[in-house]
Amino acid sequence: MEHTAEHKDGAIKEIVKVTIILSILTVIELILGFWMIDMALDSGLRLAVKGTIVILMMAKAFYIVGYFMHLKHEIKNLIMTIVVPLCLFIWFIIAFLYDGNSFRDLRNTYDPYFKEQSTIKVEKKEEGKAAKHDEKKTEEKKH
Amino acid sequence: MSTATTVTPAKMWSGGKSPFNVEYGKLMMWYFLMSDAFTFGAFLISYGTIRFSTNGWPNPNEVFKSFPFAPEGVNAPLVFVSIMTFILIISSVTMVLAVHAGHNMDKKKVTTNLIWTIIGGIAFLSCQAWEWNHLHHEGAWWGSNPFLNHDGTASSTNFTNYFFTITGFHGFHVFSGVIINIIMLIMTLMDKFEQRGHYLMIEKAGLYWHFVDLVWVFVFTCFYLI
Repeated sequence: MEHTAEHKDGAIKEIVKVTIILSILTVIELILGFWMIDMALDSGLRLAVKGTIVILMMAKAFYIVGYFMHLKHEIKNLIMTIVVPLCLFIWFIIAFLYDGNSFRDLRNTYDPYFKEQSTIKVEKKEEGKAAKHDEKKTEEKKH
Repeated sequence: MSTATTVTPAKMWSGGKSPFNVEYGKLMMWYFLMSDAFTFGAFLISYGTIRFSTNGWPNPNEVFKSFPFAPEGVNAPLVFVSIMTFILIISSVTMVLAVHAGHNMDKKKVTTNLIWTIIGGIAFLSCQAWEWNHLHHEGAWWGSNPFLNHDGTASSTNFTNYFFTITGFHGFHVFSGVIINIIMLIMTLMDKFEQRGHYLMIEKAGLYWHFVDLVWVFVFTCFYLI
């Protein structure tokens, strides 16, 4: 408690700093998101941008947990009891995404129907959508 | 705080000391949030697994391109959701300020910041309600997906199922967070914390609120950006 007086301004400064960092990170994410809109679907660049966004997301998570939730200023025992179990996510994410990817490869190799479905472009639905659109418009006119 | 960190580990756990240096309720809130993180993590990883196991996926810039009060065919991807994101970040900041004011026993500041946090939470919920309503009118719901894949092929209902389940679960957390904050506000106004001599309850509510913000960071990235 004895350090509250000097801590006062420091805490507010830290809050402001973290707010600015979070805003900047979000803006960068959004810029990358806008940039990605017209990018080719299977380009390596698109994948790289997605990776960057994930890294920025982790940075944001770090700042929220560390500073807003104050975990960085807690003692080591508490930090460890929270962070160590969360390391399970490393396995969790890698294992499951790898599994999903492998399932897709297997189906593309051995399930001709699955493979075929992903090559047929749907045009009927687009028309249906357009028709629906028109319906909505006429409805609006009625109103 | 500084004395606790210098104690040797053996002494830390031999009794008479608080090994985590926080009160019981706060520690339990941390444990609850950790378990909640695993729940959300399981949802999002399941979403990722399904997405990895499918050849095509709808384009979020196509699905979430509308904006309230904008004309029908408007094409404004990422705009609405970025507003929602900033609302949640700002409400998180006001929550930190409320917690900080609580440390200084500043009832007035706690009250105003809590009110701002509650307003932010309600604003976020309203945005989400609008978006759900809009998507529902377009024909999207659990079990029905009007959107095509990015490459023009037919899409499964996995996309909408995951979207509504995960944002719904997150929205439910926001809703309960708003309720908790309203209770905190009432308790503050009733001078409950002044009588106790500390505002530690606000800290626990704050932890929960920040966690809600944290989850949105992940949901926002997974559904709208990538």
